[in-house]
Amino acid sequence: MDESRIYVQVTADFMLDGYLRPKCIIWEDGQKFEIDRITDCRRAASLKAGGAGIRYTCMICGREHYLFYEENYKWFVEAKNS
Amino acid sequence: MDRVILHSDMNNCYASIELLHHPKLRGHPIAVGGDPEARHGIVLAKDQIAKKAGVKTGMALWQARQVCPEIIFVPPHMDLYLRFSKLAREIYADYTDQQEPFGLDECWLDVTHSGSYKGDGMTIAKEISSRIKYELGVTVSIGVSWNKIFAKLGSDYKKPDAITAITKDNFHQIAWPLPVGDLLYVGRATQKKLNLYGIRTIGQLAQTDPELLHRWLGKMGLVLHMFANGEDQTPVAVEDYHAPIKSIGNSTTTPRDLVSDTDVKIIVYALAESVSARLRENNFKCRVVEISVRDSDLYSFTRQHKMSAPTDLTTEIAENAMKLFHDNYRWRKPIRSVGVRACDLVEADCPVQLDLFIDENKRERLHKMDMTVDVIRRRFGYESIQRGLMYQDRLLSKLNAKDDHTVHPRGYFADGNQTGVDLLKVSG
Repeated sequence: MDESRIYVQVTADFMLDGYLRPKCIIWEDGQKFEIDRITDCRRAASLKAGGAGIRYTCMICGREHYLFYEENYKWFVEAKNS
Repeated sequence: MDRVILHSDMNNCYASIELLHHPKLRGHPIAVGGDPEARHGIVLAKDQIAKKAGVKTGMALWQARQVCPEIIFVPPHMDLYLRFSKLAREIYADYTDQQEPFGLDECWLDVTHSGSYKGDGMTIAKEISSRIKYELGVTVSIGVSWNKIFAKLGSDYKKPDAITAITKDNFHQIAWPLPVGDLLYVGRATQKKLNLYGIRTIGQLAQTDPELLHRWLGKMGLVLHMFANGEDQTPVAVEDYHAPIKSIGNSTTTPRDLVSDTDVKIIVYALAESVSARLRENNFKCRVVEISVRDSDLYSFTRQHKMSAPTDLTTEIAENAMKLFHDNYRWRKPIRSVGVRACDLVEADCPVQLDLFIDENKRERLHKMDMTVDVIRRRFGYESIQRGLMYQDRLLSKLNAKDDHTVHPRGYFADGNQTGVDLLKVSG
């Protein structure tokens, strides 16, 4: 669809208390990005990338990024240049 | 105590959801429309820009292009709309268990009893509105009132992304000057009739003598009089309430015109399979089979047949439907759409008078076969097992009527007339 929404491969943990916790993002070219910390998790829409789902605010390499879980087993991030 | 009722309406629901997912289309006139190849080529929804250009829901795609040449057509994604409808209902559920959907994009909420901890109607409406905008990325219009009819008027009053309260203090100013056609259940015919009597606004309707309305429109006249005065008492149904099923039917506009008995047979069997599977799923049998046929000139008719014994067998339903068809259609025109419906339902295990001349053993075997097919399809998918007939034309038989289910609003009186009109005393 639109290139502003980039679907990514994600490694995530199903926690004992039922939470779903993404751990690292794997980019199309195979690059891996560890998620250092999740600062927020809520339902939200992304007007920038176009979509809605559960939004994880992730700290990756010292910067804040939004990672969306669409609840259809697909994850996406917002493209930088859009 | 007055009730507090909200009516929440997603603005241009399908178009908004498509725009959310295609940010690049924002700012362009778009219309969500069926696939012209499969001949469902009409506008299902449009965005604000297309609306301003004069595009109307229900227009053929080519007509829409005539009034708005730069329009962009987007094919519909029903699964996406269902997901958003479900997400919205999850938000509503935080405020009340009395929520009654009216189609995919509209919902009534009775929040009377949430007042003590969630705030008054206006506060809840604002909270719902901002949550839907933030969490789903689409906007809603909400009407707040003490009855369902005015709540719906309120949500239609100002669009998009607005909240309108119609209270007992202001309904004279807000609701009454509106044209009478804005009222639920004043359709084109009723509006024309009322206009003939000089009734043009909701206020005029409200102030007309109910006895006169009764004489003009029958019982509906009294109901409309109550609607216009905000006296409707219909409750908001409790979440996940399902109305008792009165009939089960499926119909389809076929991918190409039907020109022969075999064509019709393929479609009728596909529809009968769906209808009978749904009968079995809901533990019903039917005593009446009905077909509806529409030809390429859009002329349509329905015919019914009463069966000798209640049935949920695919073959019996299909054979009776085909018999109805043979008896009533002369092939003057090719056929555009066909429907099969099972009516006069009885519980599947109700006692039946057996007939000496009907082979019950054979029926029993057919029933077992149908049940087996149900199980196979449930486990391995619809296409895993099919009749040989379906291989006569793979284009026509592609239809999976049971799972490709359509959604449409339930009638306001589906659970009987609960407006309170029966309490009125009208002479004559």
